Amino acid sequence: MRRLESVASHAVVSAGVLFALYPLLWVVSVALSPGAMAGHARALPWPESPSFDSFGVVLGLRDGHLGLFARQVGNSLVVSLATAAVAVVIATPAAYALARFAFVGKSWGLRALLATQMFPAVASAVPLYLLLEALHLLDSRSGLVLVYASTAVPFAIFQMRGAFEAVPVDLEEAAMVDGATRLGAFLRVSLPAVRPALAVTALFAFMAAWNEFILAATLLSREGAFTLPVVLQRYVGEHDTAWGPFAAGAIVVSVPVMALFYVAQRQLVAGLTAGGVKG
Amino acid sequence: MVRRLLAYALLALLGALTCGCAQPPTLVVWHSYRGQEEKALASLARQYEAEHGMRVELLALPFDAYTAKLTAAVPHAHGPDLFIDAHERLGIYRREGVVAAVGDALPEQDVRSYDEGAVLALTQDGQRWGVPLSTKCLALYVDDDFVKSVPPLEDVPALRASLPADVYPLAYEAENPYYHAAILSAFGGRLLGADGAYGFVGPAAERSVALVARFIAERTIPADASGALVKQLFASGRAALVIDGPWLAADLPAGLRYHVQPLPTLRDGGRPMRPPLTVEAVMLSPTGAARPEARALARWLGGEASAITRATEAHQVVANVAAWRDPRVAGDPLLAAFHAQQASADAMPTSTRMRAVWVPAQEALRTVLRGQDARAALEEGQRRFEDALKPPPPAPSPAPLAVAVGLLALLGAFAAVRRARSAELRTALRASMPAYRYVAHAAVVVLVLVVLPLAAGAVTSLFAGTRSDPRYVGLGNYVAILTARGGPLLGHGSFYVTLLVTVLWTVCNVTLHLAFGVVLGVALSRPAMKLKALYRVLLVLPWAVPSYVTALAWKGMFHRQFGAVNAVLGMLGVPPVSFFSHFATAFAANVATNVWLGFPFMMVVTLGALTSISKEVLEAAEVDGATRWQRFWGVTVPLLRPTLLPAVVLGSVWTFNMFNVVFLVSGGEPDGSTDILVSEAYRWAFTRDAQYGYAAAYAVLIFLILATASRVGSRLQASEPALERAVLTPEAAPPEPA
Repeated sequence: MRRLESVASHAVVSAGVLFALYPLLWVVSVALSPGAMAGHARALPWPESPSFDSFGVVLGLRDGHLGLFARQVGNSLVVSLATAAVAVVIATPAAYALARFAFVGKSWGLRALLATQMFPAVASAVPLYLLLEALHLLDSRSGLVLVYASTAVPFAIFQMRGAFEAVPVDLEEAAMVDGATRLGAFLRVSLPAVRPALAVTALFAFMAAWNEFILAATLLSREGAFTLPVVLQRYVGEHDTAWGPFAAGAIVVSVPVMALFYVAQRQLVAGLTAGGVKG
Repeated sequence: MVRRLLAYALLALLGALTCGCAQPPTLVVWHSYRGQEEKALASLARQYEAEHGMRVELLALPFDAYTAKLTAAVPHAHGPDLFIDAHERLGIYRREGVVAAVGDALPEQDVRSYDEGAVLALTQDGQRWGVPLSTKCLALYVDDDFVKSVPPLEDVPALRASLPADVYPLAYEAENPYYHAAILSAFGGRLLGADGAYGFVGPAAERSVALVARFIAERTIPADASGALVKQLFASGRAALVIDGPWLAADLPAGLRYHVQPLPTLRDGGRPMRPPLTVEAVMLSPTGAARPEARALARWLGGEASAITRATEAHQVVANVAAWRDPRVAGDPLLAAFHAQQASADAMPTSTRMRAVWVPAQEALRTVLRGQDARAALEEGQRRFEDALKPPPPAPSPAPLAVAVGLLALLGAFAAVRRARSAELRTALRASMPAYRYVAHAAVVVLVLVVLPLAAGAVTSLFAGTRSDPRYVGLGNYVAILTARGGPLLGHGSFYVTLLVTVLWTVCNVTLHLAFGVVLGVALSRPAMKLKALYRVLLVLPWAVPSYVTALAWKGMFHRQFGAVNAVLGMLGVPPVSFFSHFATAFAANVATNVWLGFPFMMVVTLGALTSISKEVLEAAEVDGATRWQRFWGVTVPLLRPTLLPAVVLGSVWTFNMFNVVFLVSGGEPDGSTDILVSEAYRWAFTRDAQYGYAAAYAVLIFLILATASRVGSRLQASEPALERAVLTPEAAPPEPA
């Protein structure tokens, strides 16, 4: 009976893994076989006459644009790291207050914050554009960080509020009895206790910024300011799609996030449930 | 320490600024060229830099996003000095203030060095709006191994007798109105009449589609051929004739014996097929037109030397007459053939109404070619065209709204003053002060970056018309949406039908997310499970890949000819499915993609929730004799519920507004039926004549639906006894809902 069950659950999980991996393997095989889409359909994601040409195109080795590509990688990194930092720094104290204090306007504020999450972004894209224009921040990394913060901060507040609520109040009270101030209790007791949630919140903000594409494509119009998703967009056209470079670029864009996920996966489970998605 | 750092930062900033000043004057050029054309333009830019001591910065933008980007950037002085585009966009660009007259970039003495028709296409209201670079139109590619002389169009099926069995007599993108326009013209019709009326309707249109429908039924031409399929068929010798533009030649293999000639005539009536003609020109933005060096570059790009480079390196059918005297240009048979075709081609209309023709015309054409009644489908196309361009409702007086807002503000102020007087509030406020110190900065950020833009967006829903010409219409947009624009309430693309699809979409996705996530989570958290960490990493991968990348990869996998899904079905003996021509399969393709993207999230949440369920409860149940099944439904599921419920709520909101997948995978196909509310809003904003107000009204309605649903949901949740919460260990207890 136990054996049967073990076989069954391995079968279920393997089926899940197959479903999860198939499209990714397909992308890898297209990246490795130039001209794959022009040929016939293949069920097995196995490259024909593998070559790294597509990667060369993406990295700009072909036309000597390696420097430009490096700058675009830099843009993506700076923007995503800054978004993560801004989101965590701004959201954490506010989330702490929302979890610990009773104050006038709290429930109203929380409800308003939740409401903003239900408003589709298509309505605010044009006003945001005008806002950045007024601040002379179009085409700049700071402008992009501001725009990304507008989605990252509310989400981070919810996430961190849940995490702080899961920290027993007794711990802080004990510290305060021992002479710590409220701020001290926050910094030395609660903050260390929510480290996994902090990591996950930062990871989400980083990922959202790293992967975002529609706003970046609208706001940026200098090649030197592009982030990676905008770079990728040029390989996908209505009339002809350069599938090889697109797939190669997709891999280049995804690998850093996958690596982060791998590093943070333990935190992911703990961080998401400690606070996570409880609105 | 901090001050020193700040000083360094300032110094670095100043350094960066001064570096920027020392560079030579820069001209920014936008284009959407790819391949050889992009390379030729780049080499021209380098040449110009070397000769004139300027810096020319080129930016290649994707064709699909080009117009949207120009109309967004240029009016805010944030765009290029020069840009290369087709003449038919002039109508939009002039309306939006994107383009300025070229002035001395195309002086009177230069006019005679260009094709007359090309200059004419760029002339409006007595001014010239671009320097012509090249012309593009369709012509006939003939495989010399199969066809000796080209028959009239109606007799093309007769070629079959002399062809091998697997060779199509003719191939072209039959469902694309740009291609069909050439056939329509041979029957005396045009997509858009000279008076701006929709032309793809009436006897000429019916006869033209009847001919093509017959071709498809007789397998004279392949059904639902994409550009890629046409290319592949001709390159591999499986199509005798192909209708396509000059861009096809770049992708044909060296050994193929073919030539290009003008399109055939119609035997009945003897009229030739006249393809639509596009004149590509370098245009000037208002900032560029004000700079003499930008005008000089535009003139140079149109000139003879540049034209010869573009013709020889990128095979452009250049509009500069002098370049055709060069033997390398005149001796190129491909260029000569397209040049000859150009003489009997119709310049595309520049009216802004043309942009509204494509989508309804394509939907009508596709419907007919898939076997529906021609007249009904064509008339439906006309109705949709007219509907999309329906003038906004008459502007009501803004007075009622102003009075209502004023009254509300007054009431609010009154209530606030009354409350502020009460001593309780003052004590409460004083007690709140410490908390405000923690939330103030976040409140400011959220107010400026989130609330204000959303409020501004909501206000635009009271306006109609385009950005350059907004008109206050009060609640007119809402009335139009909720009455399905006067059509049947459950008709095509009505708000209610789209809402139904959206709800179905959300329910299917969230159910499957939950099923996959919980099953995998439960299987993974069995204590005896081996390789747990590895499995978990592999299963979380879909989450780590950018969603637009995977959406496009899935779209590729569902491709009729090249897709992996059809290849797998083929191995099982199932004939290939064209996924995006039926609602059920297109919808399923969207759901499959989104389930793939979303299940890892639910799995991780489940895993987390399971770690906090105490083993004692499960063991106690086992001791009491509960079966495995009973334990799962009786203990595990109720214990999972409190953690999963918020995740489901959040997941539902995300899925309801999941724009990427629907837009990128099915793109609303077939016929806009798989569109959800968000993608419909996007279409109004970006593809149907930039009606931002109408799109914003959609966004507000989406918000109201979600807000109502979540309120009802939380009421239901609150009324349930909090039994399961009592069972939970304190750490895992969820917070009270706010």
